[in-house]
Amino acid sequence: MKLVYFAWVRERIGKAEEEIEVPSGVETIADLVHWLKGRGEEYAYAFEHDKVVRAAIDRRHASLDATVAGAREIAFFPPMTGG
Amino acid sequence: MSLSTIEIERYARHLVIREIGGPGQAKLRAASVLIVGAGGLGSPLIQYLAAAGIGTLGIADDDAVSLSNLQRQVMHGTPEIGEMKTSSAARGVERLNPHVRVRTHGRRITPANARDTISSYDIIADGSDNFDTRYAISDACFYEGKPLVTGALGVFDGSLTTIRAHEHASNGHWNPSYRCLFPAPPPPGAVPACSEAGVLGALAGVVGSLMAIEVIREIVGFGVGLVGRLLMVDARSMRFETIEYSWDERNPLTGSAG
Repeated sequence: MKLVYFAWVRERIGKAEEEIEVPSGVETIADLVHWLKGRGEEYAYAFEHDKVVRAAIDRRHASLDATVAGAREIAFFPPMTGG
Repeated sequence: MSLSTIEIERYARHLVIREIGGPGQAKLRAASVLIVGAGGLGSPLIQYLAAAGIGTLGIADDDAVSLSNLQRQVMHGTPEIGEMKTSSAARGVERLNPHVRVRTHGRRITPANARDTISSYDIIADGSDNFDTRYAISDACFYEGKPLVTGALGVFDGSLTTIRAHEHASNGHWNPSYRCLFPAPPPPGAVPACSEAGVLGALAGVVGSLMAIEVIREIVGFGVGLVGRLLMVDARSMRFETIEYSWDERNPLTGSAG
């Protein structure tokens, strides 16, 4: 599965996208975020306020309880405030 | 009232576009648009909307021009340092297009004054620099039944979308609100501000100009706008991506959490 990161999520993780094998036990976006946060400090920092970061499955906004099975791509994008 | 000879010449490159033409230009002249924030996004918004001949431009900002603004806030120049941004912008509009009437609002928009401030405008463009104003404006636009074009900047990134949360989509559901996408403001300090993190100056020009296109589209009516789509601009790798979003039954305006 492809993961795509935008804005300050990308800046904190240090990469724009990556391919992952979804580990067993990861069924929802929330599970995926929980697993990502365990992969290193940069992920923990990106998702420190994990409800603030929004997700999209195959370019469509999805809630944290949405299931990731069958998704080709999951994107994470945060709100921005600069004007 | 038909366009004068000098207006026909001024707007000639819009008038020849079939999707705009005389009727579209008349709609632009009849329209009133409130621009929230006369900074990085507000600068191109004000300039392109003034040049396009919007009849009335409202400009809301409570700040004065500072030297560190000038790297991106191209509505203002060195002589305007220390002047209120509303006053600097109003003079800029007069210089660009004397046919445009300007109204200035030199105060910060809050939940308490948002509805009053927006109520006399046809459409709102939010390029403000803080979440309190963003949520106040998007909620007020729903309650007052106003279309909203909202954009934001990060360091290398921008995003924009168009909200018509007071209307229904063709599937019978409400159109999504800003809160369907971003349900609640992040905790203070969770999202870095431009003043701390920096922002690529020309990116403000890109995103603000895209917002101006959305405003003009909403007034004239052509093509397909950004209702239900968030356009994200990644200037680090030049990726332009859109994410679709829809009405969330849990949103506090038109959903069960209301």
